[in-house]
Amino acid sequence: MTLISTLIGTLVFAVLAPVLGCLLAGLDRIVSARMQGRVGPPVLQPYYDVRKLLEKEDASVNSVEKTYIICALAFALISGGIFFSGGNLLLCVFMITLSSLFFIVAAYSSRSPYAEIGAHRETLQVMAYEPMVLLFAIAFFVAVGSFDTAAVLNLREPAIASIWLVFLGLLYVLTIKLRKSPFDLSMSHHAHQEIVRGITTEMSGPTLALVEITHWVENVLFLGWIGLFFVWGNPLSIVLALAVMVVVYFLEVFIDNNFARVKWQLMLKSAWIVALVCGTINLAILVF
Amino acid sequence: MAFASKSPWVIHYDASSCNGCDIEVLATLCPGFDGERFGVINTGNPKHADIFLVTGSVNERNISVIKEIYDQMLEPKVVVACGICACSGGIFHDCYNVIGGVDKAIPVDVYAPGCAVRPEAIIDAIVEGVAVLDQKSKALKEQKKGAK
Repeated sequence: MTLISTLIGTLVFAVLAPVLGCLLAGLDRIVSARMQGRVGPPVLQPYYDVRKLLEKEDASVNSVEKTYIICALAFALISGGIFFSGGNLLLCVFMITLSSLFFIVAAYSSRSPYAEIGAHRETLQVMAYEPMVLLFAIAFFVAVGSFDTAAVLNLREPAIASIWLVFLGLLYVLTIKLRKSPFDLSMSHHAHQEIVRGITTEMSGPTLALVEITHWVENVLFLGWIGLFFVWGNPLSIVLALAVMVVVYFLEVFIDNNFARVKWQLMLKSAWIVALVCGTINLAILVF
Repeated sequence: MAFASKSPWVIHYDASSCNGCDIEVLATLCPGFDGERFGVINTGNPKHADIFLVTGSVNERNISVIKEIYDQMLEPKVVVACGICACSGGIFHDCYNVIGGVDKAIPVDVYAPGCAVRPEAIIDAIVEGVAVLDQKSKALKEQKKGAK
């Protein structure tokens, strides 16, 4: 039963998430442009970019790079499928981490010094956010009584009521996960503050298009995590969750446009301190 | 319709200009002219770029660099020579170390003269380059079909 629902969830997610993620990315670019006093590109600009990249010559420094990127995309899709079909949150977290690891390995496989710097930094980012994400899954289990995301539909009050501290912690590492400034260490969407192009330096054409699609899918999934806090037995709560997701995404764009990149030491320390304070205190309150 | 024309990503290389044209190129990409309206993004990476903006003339030191950047770019690609130095060598054309315009090193598709080249002229050249990009993209597609 769960296998079939996960399969169906993954298929539906694979169709819908890129569309939603693409629109989100387009909105991000318009809102960013307006914040900088510019008109900005059309909403469908990310779609045009990806179509163009798919049209480009298919060249790569080695033959495995694209395979790794396809794996990264596939596991991101499975992760989203598990999450949105009401599956196990812990499995979803591990799947999306596996997806990030494939992305890192793809960058390392090119053996380019610039891509390697990007890969080092991406590894640091994974190290920085992973404790908080794991604590989020554990706190979710303690608060809801199950790792299954579908369990929130039986709640009488949303999970945010008991694990709001974890929500704040997750909000902090979300900036790292979405690769927004000040934590866009591995790959900035703004080329002017990048060493060549960070982790995607050696990825080009169709491979880069797959990377972009992976990011869209990831963004949708991470916003889903945010929405999970606000869903309970009442069907109307899904509207509330969507509203919160929009607000959070706007907040992330706002932060992106107002902060310069920090050093990795600060990112790692602050993310771990946030995880320690928000995650463990919240868990302690719940358990005792 | 090819999507190449909808998102021309540029890379900028300063060969040996006085920096006047570089400042104008960057001014083109600044909020005032907002190149991103047309999907123009300044990438720092030749592997991501579609349009190669070169300013300044070619000399013995940088000819290999220009060729290297050009070779790293993937098809379809377009080269725009920005400023009179990049077009023909300009006032430096008879200097002992200057080889000439960018076309002495790589094939140039669009020439944008001026000293310094105006942002309007650069935008014009990029739009012109985008049309060439479209043609090349179509040719590449035909070639791919033929290969199959």
